[in-house]
Amino acid sequence: MADVEFHSEEGSGSLEGDISVPGAARTDDELSTLDEPVRETIMRDVKAVGFKFYHVLYPKKSQMLLKQWDLWGPLILCTFMAMMLQGSTDEGNDRKTNDGKTNDGGPQFAEVFVIYWVGASVVTLNSKLLGGSISFFQSVCVLGYCVCPLAISLIVCRIILAAATQNIALFVIRFLFVAAGFAWSTFASTAFLGDSQPRGRKILAMYPLFLFYFVISWLIISHTHS
Amino acid sequence: MADPSPWQATRPTNQGSGGSAVLSMEPEDVDSDGGHHDYDDPDMSKDSQGRNEGSSPGDDFRQRMSQNMTQMMWQAGTQGAKKAWNVYGNIDILRPYFNVEPREVRRRLLYSLIPRKPTAQKQEVPRELYGPVMVVLTMIALLLYQMKSADHKVADGTLMGSALGTCFMYWLGASGLVWLLAYVCSVRIVMVQILSMIGYGMFGHCIVLFLGTVIHTSHDHLFFYLLWALVGGLSTLRMVCIIMSRASGKTERIVVMATLAALHLLFLLYLHFAYHTVVEELSQVFDSQLVPEPQSAAAADSVMEKSQAAVP
Repeated sequence: MADVEFHSEEGSGSLEGDISVPGAARTDDELSTLDEPVRETIMRDVKAVGFKFYHVLYPKKSQMLLKQWDLWGPLILCTFMAMMLQGSTDEGNDRKTNDGKTNDGGPQFAEVFVIYWVGASVVTLNSKLLGGSISFFQSVCVLGYCVCPLAISLIVCRIILAAATQNIALFVIRFLFVAAGFAWSTFASTAFLGDSQPRGRKILAMYPLFLFYFVISWLIISHTHS
Repeated sequence: MADPSPWQATRPTNQGSGGSAVLSMEPEDVDSDGGHHDYDDPDMSKDSQGRNEGSSPGDDFRQRMSQNMTQMMWQAGTQGAKKAWNVYGNIDILRPYFNVEPREVRRRLLYSLIPRKPTAQKQEVPRELYGPVMVVLTMIALLLYQMKSADHKVADGTLMGSALGTCFMYWLGASGLVWLLAYVCSVRIVMVQILSMIGYGMFGHCIVLFLGTVIHTSHDHLFFYLLWALVGGLSTLRMVCIIMSRASGKTERIVVMATLAALHLLFLLYLHFAYHTVVEELSQVFDSQLVPEPQSAAAADSVMEKSQAAVP
């Protein structure tokens, strides 16, 4: 009880200081995000996402993707690819399997979804284990955004598949597009994530990344259903 | 240090009848007490309410049931989250096992196919998990490739999952079994070393699977058997030699060695034939369905005519 009295005496001293909240408007001139129109808020986020896509497509040394991470882009890309790669279940369109259900063997939505996120987390975990100086979500963000070139090659593949009857030449074109997308994705993610790894270990961190993009590329190239 | 003393002083008085001035603090105190009583209190109050209102026992039971369920779910959820967080937080524990140079990984991969003659000296086994994990991941990718390249038409989410499960379960399961046997038969080797050894041993599997898929001979398995005997045999021999050099008992070690060799070689056979037979059977099924089944000749003919008419 003696302690309490001692404290109550000292507690009478004034407490002063500025409370700074990171991200909040510091002065009155700066517009607070609380009372701005919703449209502006959304547009700002959309712009940030778009800017990150641009950075992936034109990779140069930039810390923006790492510093202001978000998972919007990866979510959009993942959903888009999963829908595009979704196997058709139309009747009469494809061959029947044993149980009478129709399935062209394309990957299911959930499969692509799981490959995408589990793959990204495995690559991230590996880079953490190797001693990389990067947070979990930063890495997942970069990996997710860097699928963008592959998504573009997927669009091209779908157009080619829809446009004409298939032959070897068209397959070669599709293959080239997917290979380019794969190389681009790997290169972009290496440019962003390479610096976070200790020197000499880069290749160890890049190997699972390579495998991850390889599997996604393989899903795209093997998707022959228009 | 001043804070705890009044708390501790007031707490007993809360439970007792209380007659002192401190009692006025009670409501705040209970509120700020935090999560300790949160789980117990609602139950008690509900019980008493149920008895007072005299509601039907079925309702009461259901209420309590749902409450218990939510509580259990909540606790299980928080426990799971805490565990995951702890694992992620304790990632440093695993870090030493991933401390390798690219050069070492390359050398170990190469040497996993070169057996060394067992001598009296113990053979070195690295305590490293980066290489094995990568080998297992590569193997999963290869299995996926194998299925796809064989024009595999099945709802393939499950097969993909099974590929993942097969590889990881073999790695962990075989290591666990060998560890148990090694422990019983007094082989001087620890779990991490076994994991590392078997993981690097699976590099041979990867090579065989890759070559078997790329150089695809559908009905003739001679090429595969050659690879199986050569590459699989070499990697098995390497592991057997390691066990041999580390065991003390002459007869016991044979058990461990035989188990390890059998597991390793049979797994490769399984990987090849399980997926290839699936592929072959399926392609047969599809062939037989594409070309109509000879149930009735007339029906078949009509279908043939239709299909021919549809082709141009």
